[in-house]
Amino acid sequence: MKTTTRYLKQIAVTAVSALVGLAFSASVATAETELTVYTAVEAEDLKKYADRFNEDHPDIKIKWVRDSTGIVTAKLLAEKDNPQADVIWGLAATSLLLMKGEGMLMPYAPAGLENLDPKFVDKDNPPTWTGMDAWVAAICVNTVESEKHGLPMPTSWKDLTKPEYKGHIAMPNPNSSGTGFLDVSSWLQIFGEEEGWAFMDALHENIDHYTHSGSKPCKQAARGEVAIGVSFAFRGAKSKAEGAPLEIIIPAEGIGWDMEATAIVNGTKNLEAAKTLVDWSISEKANKMYNEGYAVIGMQELAKPVEHFPDNIPQAMIDNDFEWAASNRKKILAEWQKRYDSKSEPKS
Amino acid sequence: MSVAADSAVYARQRVKPKASRDDWQMRAFMLVIALYLLLALAFPLYAMLSKSFKNDDGVFIGLANYAEYFGTPALSYSINNSIFIAVITTFITVLLAFTLAYALTRSCMPFKGFFKSVAMVPILVPSLLPGIALVYLFGRQGMIPWLLFGHEIYGPIGIVIAEVFFTLPHAIIIITTALSIADARLYESAVALRANKFRIFFTVTLPGVRYGLISAGFVVFTLTITDFGAPKVIGGDFNVLATDIYKQVIGQQNFEMGAVVSVILLIPAAVAFVVDRMVQKKQVALLSARAVTLQPDPHKRFDMIMLGYAILVSVFILGMLLVCQYAALVKFYPYNLSLGLNNYQFDLMDGGGWDSYFNSIYMASYTAIFGTIVVFTGAYMVEKGRGFDLGRGLFQLLAMMPMAVPGLVLGLAYIFFFNAPGNPLNFLYHSMAILVISTITHFYTVSHLTAVTALKQIDAEFEAVSASLKQPFYKTFSRVTVPVCLPAILDISIYLFVNAMTTVSAVVFLYGPDTTLASVAVLNMDDAGDIAPAAAMGMMIFYTAASVRLLHYFLSAYLEKRTQKWRMR
Amino acid sequence: MEKSTASKHAASQPPYLRIIDLTKKFGPFTALDRVSLEIFDGEFVCFLGPSGCGKTTLLRAIAGLDVQTYGRIEQSGEDVSALPPTERDFGIVFQSYALFPNMTVSKNIAYGLENRKNSKKEIKQRVAELLELVGLPDQAQKYPAQLSGGQQQRIALARALATSPGLLLLDEPLSALDAKVRVHLRHEVRALQERLGVTTVMVTHDQEEALTMADRIVVMNDGVIEQVGTPLEVYREPATIFVADFIGTMNFMPGVIDRAHTVTVGGQNLRCKADGMSAGEKVTVAVRPEDIIVHEAGGDEENVFEVTISEVEFLGSFVRADLVADQFAENRMRADFSINLIRRLNIEQGANISVAIPAERIRVYPEMQ
Repeated sequence: MKTTTRYLKQIAVTAVSALVGLAFSASVATAETELTVYTAVEAEDLKKYADRFNEDHPDIKIKWVRDSTGIVTAKLLAEKDNPQADVIWGLAATSLLLMKGEGMLMPYAPAGLENLDPKFVDKDNPPTWTGMDAWVAAICVNTVESEKHGLPMPTSWKDLTKPEYKGHIAMPNPNSSGTGFLDVSSWLQIFGEEEGWAFMDALHENIDHYTHSGSKPCKQAARGEVAIGVSFAFRGAKSKAEGAPLEIIIPAEGIGWDMEATAIVNGTKNLEAAKTLVDWSISEKANKMYNEGYAVIGMQELAKPVEHFPDNIPQAMIDNDFEWAASNRKKILAEWQKRYDSKSEPKS
Repeated sequence: MSVAADSAVYARQRVKPKASRDDWQMRAFMLVIALYLLLALAFPLYAMLSKSFKNDDGVFIGLANYAEYFGTPALSYSINNSIFIAVITTFITVLLAFTLAYALTRSCMPFKGFFKSVAMVPILVPSLLPGIALVYLFGRQGMIPWLLFGHEIYGPIGIVIAEVFFTLPHAIIIITTALSIADARLYESAVALRANKFRIFFTVTLPGVRYGLISAGFVVFTLTITDFGAPKVIGGDFNVLATDIYKQVIGQQNFEMGAVVSVILLIPAAVAFVVDRMVQKKQVALLSARAVTLQPDPHKRFDMIMLGYAILVSVFILGMLLVCQYAALVKFYPYNLSLGLNNYQFDLMDGGGWDSYFNSIYMASYTAIFGTIVVFTGAYMVEKGRGFDLGRGLFQLLAMMPMAVPGLVLGLAYIFFFNAPGNPLNFLYHSMAILVISTITHFYTVSHLTAVTALKQIDAEFEAVSASLKQPFYKTFSRVTVPVCLPAILDISIYLFVNAMTTVSAVVFLYGPDTTLASVAVLNMDDAGDIAPAAAMGMMIFYTAASVRLLHYFLSAYLEKRTQKWRMR
Repeated sequence: MEKSTASKHAASQPPYLRIIDLTKKFGPFTALDRVSLEIFDGEFVCFLGPSGCGKTTLLRAIAGLDVQTYGRIEQSGEDVSALPPTERDFGIVFQSYALFPNMTVSKNIAYGLENRKNSKKEIKQRVAELLELVGLPDQAQKYPAQLSGGQQQRIALARALATSPGLLLLDEPLSALDAKVRVHLRHEVRALQERLGVTTVMVTHDQEEALTMADRIVVMNDGVIEQVGTPLEVYREPATIFVADFIGTMNFMPGVIDRAHTVTVGGQNLRCKADGMSAGEKVTVAVRPEDIIVHEAGGDEENVFEVTISEVEFLGSFVRADLVADQFAENRMRADFSINLIRRLNIEQGANISVAIPAERIRVYPEMQ
């Protein structure tokens, strides 16, 4: 019996020390510099990005915090007063503009800035962010399902409002998805505000459901869960490569786009390492790496065509006013929510 | 000195009991755990409440957020939706559960043990999983969508089916207990009075389990209205309060509105909780009456019908899992139905990869170990402590509160509290510790009640005897209380483990880059459209939880065998 | 308050336990109301009363388990009023035995001997000694659940005595046992207590238990002490109507004091020993059934009167008869007659007989409220 008591005591001691250890382990840093990098880059690409960077800078370890655009943005804003991230690498420029507005980003002109397309650089001097690649809106059409339901191949945004598509379209909810907001803000720019909302009213009639994430509509189209998914081209190309019966359509009116961009978070304790990473992120090597998945990159002259990507993307990209989109974000989202987020209400 | 002179003094002088070293130690322990509950529950909830009255610059704006909420029909309509779903689910679940519980307790159908185990299976999976199964069954490319007669699975129908699956075991446990305490003598009298079967059912059976039914109803109602997994996966555009909180916080970074919705969600959960507590007290009163156990007589036709029904329910439950497992193994549903393991390459998906699976196992283990220690010691101090009534009362109240707080609300409250600048506990943010703490807190009440029930069952005078023998309380605690309560302690730890494996709601706001969890990975993969890997991960959770459950079963059986000498009644 | 008189202990000896003006409140409820009591060294005292009378509360206050609200307790001349139980000197046995189920009998008994600088050998020896003492020398390795109730209670007793406490507290120790075992254990417990000479307080609601076991009985009701006395005193001379009613069977009849030592019940004058009451005072007259004796011709007794036997109830070794008499109107009296007497005098229902009540057996109390 004595042993039981001792045993119990031992458990208690181990337990307490483990709990304390548990609490502190998160805050203990390793010997080499570790950068906490927040990103919305596709999960499957993260390892590649870190590996390529480490080929040149093996002493800097990247700790990824990856989530969808909406969530990463939310996280960063939530941590505004107590930032956890050192660098943001691969987040929508519109999101970065929000953070810039909150004064969360550190202005920094990385080496080799002059080689970037000016569209890919923040207007401020020194800039607070630099672009990596563009991700563009697109329509993913499942050819098998379209045939089954006798749906013609859409060629424009307006096509999607035709009655035959009723119940066959999924698109991301702009309130949670960066892609969704990209779509909505670009339509408002393409069609103008009034006509833009009218278009969305008509589109809403055909929408089967809104998704939380931007890639989901395309993945659903890939699986045939819907015939048409409003999503982004990169996702469609990926699914197509996996063998999905998909067609990626670039609508005739032009497509909204956003940049994946990089910035240093104000208050980072690893400023030198952060600068090294941002410098590398606009290097030629990095741009070539982006080009493996994305057709449009910061150094467009280096860009090679990407498999499964439609080739007319650069021409179709609209002249996106990021500042306008960022500053009107709240208003647009509220309006959208008022109009469409109550699809679930019983129709009287 | 005379007795009379003494009396004058002593009769008026209030005796201040001197606290012994035991008393001090116990109070110190209790204070520590009470402090834990304050930090892990009361303060965060306060932070959340106050957030709902502030704008995003932290300025107090009174009820303006609430006014905005109720002025936005798209938001406030979710209240109706939530209640609608919860009421329908409650009705269906209680009906299904009652029938199965009736079959388990009042029929002589074979394989009762098997059916009972199957009915418990949904406890072992995250509430996201039934939603995923429904997509594969009734989605556009589903296996049997025609069964819905043209109705849409995304929306209320899907949510209700998933919630029924998710809540069924909870209702069955409660109703089975209620049915099995029935007094056989009542039935004998009824038969002696020549009442027919239907009359007996309505005059004896139903009244006998009314508290069980009511209690089950409230539990199901609360579980449904606070559940986030099912509506998230299968709800489509049908908004409910739980998904609204998520959308407000994750999608729109509107923390204040998230807080408002949280407060609104707290209300039905709290009301249901209070009513349930009241009803449970009455149920317990019924329980304590000495009853003769009812032994059902075989009735071939009735037993066959019940068997058929039990098979149907089992097919429903196991079918959902089978579908998920099948979907996880198919390479590219529905276009390439060959089998493979490509959906298990979690490292290529959102959600944190295989790491999140192992994180979950760590998290669940820590939760089980520390949770059991904290909960059981806390319950012991409350039950067996001497004096210090105010402290004990407060502690009891704190221990009951988590039941009424939905996981999402708790998680959001944690963001507000722990990530507030200047909070010295800030270092916990994103750590494994905060996940463990939130999970222990989230599931505190049931664990606490289990511990209290076990402690109430052991002789109330052990501590008095020990004190008379001048032995310190911790000796009695470790040498008597813990060994005697070991079955309950194991129950608590397995309860915590399984729930930590499957929970999504509280942790979805709290996980960090190094602490992604399997259940959250299911959510995130589904969110990203990777539904097959989501199913695969969901099934991993199921296998893990089921294995631990089995382990627990064998451990309990072994323990029972080893200690049966002194556990004889 | 009744002062105890007869006791085998010299009054000159200071009391072992002194309870002074003890009051215990549970919220608005007063469980003990200014209770005072003295218990002498080596005494066996029973707290007797109906449930809720405060007897267990008093015991738990003595143990320090539920500390009193007001008042003072002295043990061996030392003030222990506020001390926690661990700092008091007592052993305790509960109705539920409270044996540790996961420990063997010997472990249970040894529990209090550990951490006291006792060597293992000493402990073992003491356990064997105690097992011998309670008559269960060969049960050392069994678990409590393997023993009968009576055996378990003896083990509980052995455990309480293991540390040789100065005071033994027994909280309804025999109530959970079968009637036969209970009777048997009464004697054993009493014999053990006498052998060890340990001061013992036992709480019970069973008057028979109290009457057979105690040196002195403390009869309690509604949080106050009604009477303290030897079993004989309490039975023969109940100090209050409550005690008279609670212990044994008693006939109560309304009466009026006629003159000194005479009380009128109905139309019948009865001689009695009641003092200190003035003529005309309304009183309650109490007579035990066994004190009503059959008046046989030729006897020279007072308080003789005629009665009719209205009902006869056979109770084994004796018969309880319901007696009616014109002068008592609707007041019936119950009388206990031995079987032999019944046979000899051929008493049966409807018979008219003459009965007598010895004056010293009539108790007179101020009128029942």
